[in-house]
Amino acid sequence: MIPALRASVPLRIAASLFLIGWLIVAAFPLFWITALSFKVPLDAFSTNPLDVVLGPRTAAAHGGISAKDLLVIGLVMITTTLIFRQSIPLRSKFIRLGVYCAIWIIVLPQALGVFGDVFTRPLFGITWEHYREVWVGHAFYRQFINSAIVTAGVVCVSLTAGTLAGYALARTGTAFAFWLLIAALVFRALPHSVLLAGYLPTLINSQAILAPLWEWPATAWFFHFFATEPPTLYGRILPVILVLVSINQPFTIWMLRSFFASIPVELDEAAQVDGCTPLQAFRLVIMPVMWPGVITTGLFSFLLAYNDYLVTSLLLDQQSQTMVPAIAQFLNSENSAADQIQAIAAAVSITAPLFLLVMVFQRQIVSGLTAGAVKG
Amino acid sequence: MRGRVFLGFIAPSLVLMIIFIALPLVSVAWQSFHATQGVFENVLVESCAPGFLTQTCVKTIQSRPIMQAGVAVTQTSFVGWDNYRQLLQPDAVGKAFSPTGQGMSALLHIDFYNALRFTLTFTLITLPFIIGLGLLLALAVDDIARGLRGPVIFVTLLPYIITPVIGALSIRWLFVGDGVLTDALRAITGHDVSMFGQGWTIELMMLFYRIWHIAPFAFVVFYAGLQTVNRDIIEASVIDGATRMERLRYVIIPHLVPLIVFVTLIHLMDSFRVFDEIVGFAAQAYRISLQWLTYSLLTPDQTGNRAIARASASAMLTMLGIVVLLLVPLRRTWRDHRGKS
Repeated sequence: MIPALRASVPLRIAASLFLIGWLIVAAFPLFWITALSFKVPLDAFSTNPLDVVLGPRTAAAHGGISAKDLLVIGLVMITTTLIFRQSIPLRSKFIRLGVYCAIWIIVLPQALGVFGDVFTRPLFGITWEHYREVWVGHAFYRQFINSAIVTAGVVCVSLTAGTLAGYALARTGTAFAFWLLIAALVFRALPHSVLLAGYLPTLINSQAILAPLWEWPATAWFFHFFATEPPTLYGRILPVILVLVSINQPFTIWMLRSFFASIPVELDEAAQVDGCTPLQAFRLVIMPVMWPGVITTGLFSFLLAYNDYLVTSLLLDQQSQTMVPAIAQFLNSENSAADQIQAIAAAVSITAPLFLLVMVFQRQIVSGLTAGAVKG
Repeated sequence: MRGRVFLGFIAPSLVLMIIFIALPLVSVAWQSFHATQGVFENVLVESCAPGFLTQTCVKTIQSRPIMQAGVAVTQTSFVGWDNYRQLLQPDAVGKAFSPTGQGMSALLHIDFYNALRFTLTFTLITLPFIIGLGLLLALAVDDIARGLRGPVIFVTLLPYIITPVIGALSIRWLFVGDGVLTDALRAITGHDVSMFGQGWTIELMMLFYRIWHIAPFAFVVFYAGLQTVNRDIIEASVIDGATRMERLRYVIIPHLVPLIVFVTLIHLMDSFRVFDEIVGFAAQAYRISLQWLTYSLLTPDQTGNRAIARASASAMLTMLGIVVLLLVPLRRTWRDHRGKS
């Protein structure tokens, strides 16, 4: 970089301060609710903020993490990263890792014992009681399973339909394809409640609406195969999956179209010259190279399905409820301090998978956010 | 790609979009002009009370719903603009603006106008903040050491990736009761400030939340744009004596204009359907949005009825709103696009 491009010192300081300020604002609410969720009510609602972070009463009642524990965890993590960065055979990596970790875990606590209980006294109080109450007491795992089914269903169906359509749209220049993309853009702008007003009466009355299919002889034998009478679709997970897939479909096909457009068309032309049918060309030539784009798009489908409140809270009933609308059940019983912390623990439980998602897929998320802008 | 093959490939996606987007839209439009009501019949009821010597009997005509197998019989009829009239309440509006009326304040007591007012101000106020904050963040991150960028982007993405309802809740929990920021505010201002006790503070919190939530998206898009600024032009401008401000004003911002338009469009679409904040901040007693209005009409009331016809009318009006809102920027992009080619 040429020297004249470098910012002046006051500007750089101002920029760093601004950035630090933003990082605190960005992370503080999440950090705070995480700290709260591990404390007994007396600590969590203490007027001294330091109590909320350190949790002296929690430590007294339930124990916690000591300086020694932190030191051991930190050293294990640092050694792991350092060893896996070295270019030595994988087997010797594991051997070294084992040796070092054994030293940290067995020898270090003994060595620190010399200093008395300074290092072994709990530093941060931690209790899992609220999490146990939420997951076991309130059977939150049921909502977790429902959320997992909805999310997995949405990601799979949405990617299957979207990949085929996105590929086809990237390889055609007809007016029909153009107008389809424009229609998808218009659908992208629709507030979801508009569609819900259409789904709700249909799903509630689905038994009456679907009845002809079960009565008309030509189709009856087929549908009787599944059920003796038409189902009521309200409160079922399958229609919710299809609804979320459809709501997300415009975004999915736009994103995948721009991704497939970046794969050279010569690739599938060559395959077709060699005698492949279009479907074979897609399966044998395009599928092996499409995964980066599909994973990125899948992440956004995942987020949409996982984070949804509007659709799932209206179309699912008590038995099939997903995690996000279920938070309301903890908020309504917000009379005691312990209940409130349970709500917070449930919220942290919902956020944890998203946190891991960003950690693992940060680069894909960033590229996905920019894909629409740069190419579209 | 040939027509038949093309249709085969897009069929699953097309069928889904027709069944779950196009058809519901048609049915919503149809529902908004119809009303489903129970069918009532008038019956002569004689009720007698014990009296002196003779009973005193009264015959009244009562209307009661016709029941069939335990379910009330309903009929759906065309009602014209009635559903829209119930939402828009033209009479009440006329009264509010008549010489004796109370003007705007009376108007905002009607749910629909309250929702419309909030949705519009929410969308338009957050927009410049999101663009501005996103741009500042992008410029700041572009200036720091390469090794720090990854962690900074990681933390910045957190508000964007978090479940919106939970994000709003996590901010609310900082304030409710003896939350840490309530204490901080008390220490600073010297008296109790209840952030969730009145409408305007809740509105402020919702604006803040939306900026906190969406600015990372603007940041990521602008940051990617900054990586593609032509270095030669920057260097040429330095040689020509352009200051940092001038470079920003005449080189970098013009380069980012298409991205600013993109973020604006996406933001208009997304914030017009503001909903999760109202759930998270429990704001419905003070502020509601158009999407929340439709949602609340669709949820069963105390008697278990859902106001589907009125919800459909409200949905149609919401849709009209987003079309009008998007028409302005889209027409401009369209004109630019045609001007170029």
